[in-house]
Amino acid sequence: MNELVELVGLTKSYDARNVAVNNITLTLPKGKIIGLLGPNGSGKTTLIKMMNGLLTPSQGSIKINGQYVGTETKAHVAYLPDRTYLSGGRKISQILDYFCDFYGDFSKERALEMLHNLNIDPSVKLKTLSKGNKEKVQLILVMSRQADLYVLDEPIAGVDPAARDYILRTIINNYNPDATVIISTHLIGDIEQVLDEVIFMRYGHLVLYTSVDNIREQHGKSVDAYFREVFAC
Amino acid sequence: MAWELDTDRPIYAQLVERLQMQIVSGHYLPGGKLPSVRDLAAVAAVNPNTMQKAFAELERSGLIVTQRTNGRNVTEDEQRIRNIRSGLAREQVNHFFTKMQELGYSETETLELLNTKQFQGNIYEGEQV
Repeated sequence: MNELVELVGLTKSYDARNVAVNNITLTLPKGKIIGLLGPNGSGKTTLIKMMNGLLTPSQGSIKINGQYVGTETKAHVAYLPDRTYLSGGRKISQILDYFCDFYGDFSKERALEMLHNLNIDPSVKLKTLSKGNKEKVQLILVMSRQADLYVLDEPIAGVDPAARDYILRTIINNYNPDATVIISTHLIGDIEQVLDEVIFMRYGHLVLYTSVDNIREQHGKSVDAYFREVFAC
Repeated sequence: MAWELDTDRPIYAQLVERLQMQIVSGHYLPGGKLPSVRDLAAVAAVNPNTMQKAFAELERSGLIVTQRTNGRNVTEDEQRIRNIRSGLAREQVNHFFTKMQELGYSETETLELLNTKQFQGNIYEGEQV
């Protein structure tokens, strides 16, 4: 069985006029790095939150590894939210311990190694870090889990280009070959080289789900350039 | 250093070209061991699946061989490497003549230009580098 995520008729409406995710049916395989792309307000974050059980679908269903989203799937999905939920007053080392307690698949050694590579001292409080370094810490926490599915909501927006390269390399090196990584971002050009496939969303609809090399082959342009064409304002 | 790749062509095709070049130029020697897909993907800063696809393509063309337990090696068949090398060389020459044609040079004129003393010198010096 190669399916990891199965969305069937997935819909989320906040009210009658505001349908954030509209009847999406989609199956995502194991072992891929997938870009979730779309203009602002296209439903990316809503979709991600449903995958993590933070929002309940209005209609339709999501299965991860054959199970409906719930406590069991949360143990195997590593999620980087679009905003922080960690308290700034705690030391990074305390947060590592917290993650150790909370997630059975968390590797503290891996987290410490990545912090070291990015020159972040684990003995300082989170709030003393810059915006970019805070983002790096959160991404490290997520990538230090041995999950089946990584869902990263805007992971690289706030970090400098050098750290961006390191982070992408971390994603390539660390995820296990059976795991899938979903990355939502606007910085398509920076990440398309590491993506297998892309999902385009607009107004809550699925516009396109295909491979990066397909887009390049069929249209003779980068995913970034193609995105600008499809979503031209 | 991440590999410089064009943004408007399939990535895997560019990886194939790049690896082919490294093999025919002797960066990887005949019969020599190749890095693992994962290591090379990390160096190139590309997706491991894409690198895997490029390796599979090179395997189909016989340029690399997979040992069941021992990773991947460059083929020991030096004739095959030479064939691919001359194929690539021919492509380069064709490309050059096309460019010269765009500049309005006929084939004969281009050849004459290459035979002038000045260019003979350049080619010679080029080989020294």
